[in-house]
Amino acid sequence: MSAANHHAAHDHSHGHDHGHDHDGHGESHGSLRDYVIGFILSVVLTAIPFWLVMSGAIADKQATALVIMAFAVVQIVVHMIYFLHMNTKSENGWTVMALIFTIILVVIALSGSLWVMYHLNHNMMPMTSHDMGQLP
Amino acid sequence: METVVHNHWSPLLGRLWWDAIPQEPIVWATFAAVALGGIALVAALTWFKVWGYLWKEWFTSVDHKKIGIMYMVLGLVMFVRGFADAVMMRLQQAWAFNGSEGYLNAHHFDQVFTAHGVIMIFFAAMPFVTGFMNYVVPLQIGARDVSFPFLNNFSFWMTASGAVLVMMSLFIGEFGQTGWLAYPPLSGIAYSPWVGVDYWIWALQIAGVGTLLSGVNLICTIVKMRAPGMTMMKMPVFTWTALCTNILIVAAFPVLTAVLCMLTADRYLGFNFFTNDFGGSAMMYVNLIWIWGHPEVYILILPCFGIFSEVTSTFCGKRLFGYSSMVYATLVITILSYIVWLHHFFTMGSGASVNSFFGITTMVISIPTGAKLFNWLFTMYRGRIRFELPMMWTIAFMLTFVVGGMTGVLLAVPPADFVLHNSLFLIAHFHNVIIGGVVFGVFAGINFWWPKAFGFKLHEGWGKLSFWSWAIGFWFAFMPLYVLGLMGVTRRMRVFDDPSLQIWFMIAAFGAALIALGIGAFVVQVGYSIWKRKELACDGDPWGGRTLEWSTTSPPPAYNFAFTPVVHDIDAWDDMKRCGAPRPAGNFKAIHMPRNTEAGIVLGGIATVFGFAMIWHIWWLGGLTFAGLIGYAIFHTFNYNRDYYIPADEVTATEATALRQLAPAGA
Repeated sequence: MSAANHHAAHDHSHGHDHGHDHDGHGESHGSLRDYVIGFILSVVLTAIPFWLVMSGAIADKQATALVIMAFAVVQIVVHMIYFLHMNTKSENGWTVMALIFTIILVVIALSGSLWVMYHLNHNMMPMTSHDMGQLP
Repeated sequence: METVVHNHWSPLLGRLWWDAIPQEPIVWATFAAVALGGIALVAALTWFKVWGYLWKEWFTSVDHKKIGIMYMVLGLVMFVRGFADAVMMRLQQAWAFNGSEGYLNAHHFDQVFTAHGVIMIFFAAMPFVTGFMNYVVPLQIGARDVSFPFLNNFSFWMTASGAVLVMMSLFIGEFGQTGWLAYPPLSGIAYSPWVGVDYWIWALQIAGVGTLLSGVNLICTIVKMRAPGMTMMKMPVFTWTALCTNILIVAAFPVLTAVLCMLTADRYLGFNFFTNDFGGSAMMYVNLIWIWGHPEVYILILPCFGIFSEVTSTFCGKRLFGYSSMVYATLVITILSYIVWLHHFFTMGSGASVNSFFGITTMVISIPTGAKLFNWLFTMYRGRIRFELPMMWTIAFMLTFVVGGMTGVLLAVPPADFVLHNSLFLIAHFHNVIIGGVVFGVFAGINFWWPKAFGFKLHEGWGKLSFWSWAIGFWFAFMPLYVLGLMGVTRRMRVFDDPSLQIWFMIAAFGAALIALGIGAFVVQVGYSIWKRKELACDGDPWGGRTLEWSTTSPPPAYNFAFTPVVHDIDAWDDMKRCGAPRPAGNFKAIHMPRNTEAGIVLGGIATVFGFAMIWHIWWLGGLTFAGLIGYAIFHTFNYNRDYYIPADEVTATEATALRQLAPAGA
C-alpha cells in the first residue's frame, strides 16, 4: 500500500458509509434562531403543565397527569430537534435508527411494566373465591 | 450479632465510628493478610522503582490496548476475591449439618453471598468482557484507537472506583445482606439501616458511569471507525457481538441507574417508591431491576459468543459457517433479551396470561442461540481442528452450555418454575451458563489473544491442567446443586436440618476445590509463561489468524497500523494472506496520537471519596467531592495539550523491526 493509496483510503473512510459528509460532521450545530425557538418552546411547554397543576384547571387528577405526560413527550421532541439537532439525514441515518430502537425499548419497558404491574395489582388485592376464578 | 445498633452520627465523620470495624476474627485475619500482602506489593513496586513507569505507561494511558489489559487485571483480581467468597459458602454449607452452625454467622454469611454475586457480575465478568472489547475491537476493524481515548481511560477508573468501594466494605462497616440485586423491602432503610446496601448502591452507581460511557465509546468506534471496505456485513463476528453488547449496555444501564436512584431516594430522603407504605411497591423494583438485569446477562454472554466464533473458525482453518445467520442470531438475541425479564419473577403473581407470554418469549431465545451452536458445529465439521487451548475451552463451552441452556428452557415453563424458583436448581442453571459460557469464554479469549497482547504464547501444560481442573471441577461443583434443587433445597441457606443432604454439598465442595486448582494452575500458567517468554515468543500471527488484529505485530505498536488497511472480505487478514497482499514498506507518515492524561485516575479517585462520603453520610465531604468532580471535569476541558505526533522516522524504524518479526503476508 503506497502513501497515495493511503490517502485514497483515508478519504474513502470518510466517504464510505456516510456518503454525504465530506465537509463536516454530518449534523448542523444550529443557529441562534433555532436555539431561541427551542428555548421559548421548552419554557412554554414547562409553564403550561405547571399552571395546570397549580390552578387545578382540569378537575380530574388523572386527566391532568395524562395531559402533563403528553406535554413531556412534546418537550422531548423539541429538545431533540432544536438542541440535539437531530433530523432524518444526520449521521447517514444512524441517529434515526438509534431513535427508533430507543422508542421500541421505551415502549416495551413502559407498556410491559404497566401490563405486569396491572395484573399484579389485580391479583394481589384481597378478593373473594369467586374473583379467584375470574383471574386473567 | 444482629442486635447491634449503629446509630452514631457526627457532622465531621458521619456514621463512621469505631464500631465500623467488623467484630469478626475471620475478617481480622483477612485484613491482616490483605494488609501484609498490600504492603509487600507496595514495597516491591517502590523497591523496583516501577511507580513512575506504571503511572506514565499504564494508569494515565489512553491507549485502548493498555486500558483493555488493565480491565483484565481488575477482572482477575476481583474474580479471585469473588471466588474466595464462593469457597467460603461451599465450606459453610458442607459443614453446617447435624446441629453444627458452621463457621460463619448469619450476618457474615449473608454478606458473603451478596458480595459473591455482586463482585462476579459487576467487577469480574463485566471488566473481562469490556477488557476484551477494548483490546480487540479497534484492532479487528483496523482502527488506531477507540473514538474517545480519554473517555475510555475515565471509564476504566470509574469501574475501578466501584471495585475499590466494594473491597472497602470488607473492612470498614459491612456489605449488603440482601442478595446481589438488593430487593426491597429488605434493602429499604427499615430492614437494612446501616451501610451495607449503601456500599452496594454507590459502588454500582459509580461503576455504572464507567460501563455506560465505555458502551457509548465502543458503539461510536464500531460505527464510525471501521477500515475502508469493511461494511457492516464484513465485520468480524466478535466486533458484531461487541456492537450488540454495547447497544444493550447503552439501552439497559440507564434503567439500573434510575432504579438505584429511586432506592437511594427511599433510603436517604424518606421517599416511598419501594416501601410497604404510602403507595410504594417493592414489586415495581423487582420489575424494573430485571428490565436491566436480563439484558445484562446477554451483555456478558454475547462477546463470549464472539470469542468462540473467532476461535472456532481460526482453529478449524475455515471461514465461520453461516456468518450472516450468526449476525442475525446476535441481533435477534439483542432484541429478544428485552422481552423476557418477567421470567425472573414468575412466582410474584402476575397471573397466567402474563407468565405465558414471558415463558414463550424465553423459550424463543433458545432458537437463535441454538442456531449459533449449530453454526459452530458445522464450522468444525470437516475442518482441520487444532486442539490448542482456546479450542479446548470452546468445546468445553459447547458441551457445558447446552446443558445450562436446556435447564434454562425448563425453567422458562412457568409451572416448573413455581417448583424450582429460588431453589439450588436455579443456582446450578445460571452458574452452568455463566461459567460454561462467560468464564470458559474468558479463558478461551485469554489463551487466544495473550500472544497478540504480549508477544509470547501461554504455556500449554499448565494451561491444560487449568482447563481440565475447571472442566471437571465445574461438573462436580454444580451437578449436585441440580439434584438438591430438585429435592427442594432453597438458595442462600446457612444451616441444614436434613443430614441426607450433606453428601451432595461435600461433592460440590470437592468441585470447588478442583476449580481452585484450575485457578491456581492458571496463575502459574501466566507466571511460568512470563518467565519462559523467550522460548514461547511468537510472531504477529501465531495461530494462523483470519482477522485484522493478526496482521500487525505482537504486541502491536502504539498506533496499531501504520497505514489504514483496506478490507475486501469477511476474514480480511486471511484474504490478504491468500492474495499475497504486500506489506507497506515505505513512505510512512507522522502519526497523530492522543496524549496520556491523569484526568481519568484523578476523577476516579475523587469519585471513590465521594461514594465513601455518601455511604457514611459525611455530607460536607460528599458535597465537596461532588463539586470537585464537576470542577475537575470542567478544568480538564481547558487542557489543550492533548495530542502529539509520532514522527515518520520513528514509524519507519518501528515498522522495519516489525517486518523482521512478521512473516510476509503472502507466505
